Amino acid sequence: MYAQMVQSEATEEDPAKLGEFQAKIDADIKIEPKDWMPQGYRKTLIRQIGQHAHSEIVGQLPEANWITRAPTLERKAILLAKVQDEAGHGLYLYCAAETLGVSRDEITEMLLDGRMKYSSIFNYPTLTWADVGAVGWLVDGAAIMNQVPLQRTSYGPYSRAMIRICKEESFHQRQGYDAIRKMAEGTAEQRRMAQDALNRFWYPSLMMFGPSDKDSVHSAQSMAWKIKMNTNDELRQKFVDQTVPQAEYLGLTIPDPQLKWNEDRGHYDFSEPDWAEFFDVIKGNGPCNVDRLAARNKAWDDGQWVRDGLLAHAKKKRAGKVAAE
Amino acid sequence: MTSDEAFKQFLLRMGDNTLILGHRVSEWCGHAPVLEEDIALANTALDLIGQTQMWLALAGEVDGGKSADDLAYLRDAWDFRNVLLVEVPNGDFGRTIMRQFLFDAWHSIMLGRLIKSSDDRVAAIAAKASKEVAYHLERSSDTVVGLGDGTDESHARMQAALDYLWPYVGEMFACDAVDEQMAAAAIAPDPADLRDEYDALVGKVLTEATLTIPDNRFAHKGGRDGRMHTEHLGHLLTQMQWLQRAYPGASW
Ligand SMILES: [Fe+2]
Ligand SMILES: [Fe+2]
Ligand SMILES: [Fe+2]
Repeated sequence: MYAQMVQSEATEEDPAKLGEFQAKIDADIKIEPKDWMPQGYRKTLIRQIGQHAHSEIVGQLPEANWITRAPTLERKAILLAKVQDEAGHGLYLYCAAETLGVSRDEITEMLLDGRMKYSSIFNYPTLTWADVGAVGWLVDGAAIMNQVPLQRTSYGPYSRAMIRICKEESFHQRQGYDAIRKMAEGTAEQRRMAQDALNRFWYPSLMMFGPSDKDSVHSAQSMAWKIKMNTNDELRQKFVDQTVPQAEYLGLTIPDPQLKWNEDRGHYDFSEPDWAEFFDVIKGNGPCNVDRLAARNKAWDDGQWVRDGLLAHAKKKRAGKVAAE
Repeated sequence: MTSDEAFKQFLLRMGDNTLILGHRVSEWCGHAPVLEEDIALANTALDLIGQTQMWLALAGEVDGGKSADDLAYLRDAWDFRNVLLVEVPNGDFGRTIMRQFLFDAWHSIMLGRLIKSSDDRVAAIAAKASKEVAYHLERSSDTVVGLGDGTDESHARMQAALDYLWPYVGEMFACDAVDEQMAAAAIAPDPADLRDEYDALVGKVLTEATLTIPDNRFAHKGGRDGRMHTEHLGHLLTQMQWLQRAYPGASW
């Protein structure tokens, strides 16, 4: 899940209007950009959609890291298509955020100067080709857990963006699984890479859902507004339950000695990730935070002349047209 | 040279151009100046890699049952047959997009002729690729015009890119024994015959872009016959081929 620990904003508005608004949400009527909405709803959504969009954009980097080294033409093409999709997801989401009154440039600046976050998962490195498979299998897999329910979210443009995105994400997950399966069934070295990728990505994937939010007031508000559809723990459990049999099928071992099926609960019991590590990554101390943000800043700064040039040309053309009329 | 050998050389020239350019373009993934360019560059690279799969599969077939991957991943630099233009490093975005335009213009004209090839397999690949390349050309032309006729800085950068790349254009129109055989068999045109159409097309776009074509027809050569590639190709291959070389025989 790409939006972690999004704090919902308090709202102080006319109780009658708030009541009407909540009634619409309870009746599953979508909120559209021109409709009245509480300030807190707007601000929380901007933060959540923005964080999701930034995750798609920064998320290109760990996978793009392997495009030039992909081991076959077919795998190269699949990876290129995936990274292209992720950029497209970023674009839909920035467009959804724009309908709430924040421009793409503004929200981009907030990513670049650190005011806004992206998912902690993209601060981990991709070290072998198996990592590309693991990212599709686990990271896209975890993202889907959150995004499928968000297709029913209350904000119309966000919901519609999610519907488009989810189709592609499940495709990414299958392709990632296929890539790591090929390695799990391959040579001893390939199996070693596959197991190593699972060892490194397992707990960071569990962290993607964020810490337990059972008692969080913020989550309760977001859930009432239907911009958060499930608790973090529900989604994490669902992810573990889905992923364990997939790992077993591959003959790979999930790096958790406590992991076992609990007959009474009908779920797997599993170990919590190291939340101290999670908060370190969130604070900027993950293995790749500095490099990821530097790469995005460099792309943005190096591209300034291009954006300026294209804008200047578009203005000249418009002026030319007006003059000709 | 047997006709099979000449045919193979021709197919390698086509497939290596798209492979090496696709690799270069893919280096931009995640680092482009604006999100729309990230998407467009990835899409261009993806098309080029798809075309590579078709050209090299056919080359491998002619070459006694090699796969496209064998050819892409297990040849050394001297066996590559791409023009030097596509292997030069990306430089800034201006150089990348100018290189794309100079190549797209040649590529679209070439594929237009290959659609009428006497070899059905060549014609079929060209028919599929030419639709994609028409779009590449439209996009790179628009961007070259936008940046050439943009700000002073963008104009200066685009002119510098054109000055740097122009000496690499001529090789696309060179003609040797391979080309003579292909032309005689009506499989492919004599590249030299494409030059007038190319000059007209490129001249029109560059004029609109307010850019000046260098007054110099000197052409670096050595890529399409493998006689002398640039120093850059070897580095590109060390990256591209690394996994296949480090773990021989593994399947991915
Ligand atoms: Fe995505
Ligand atoms: Fe994703
Ligand atoms: Fe994805």
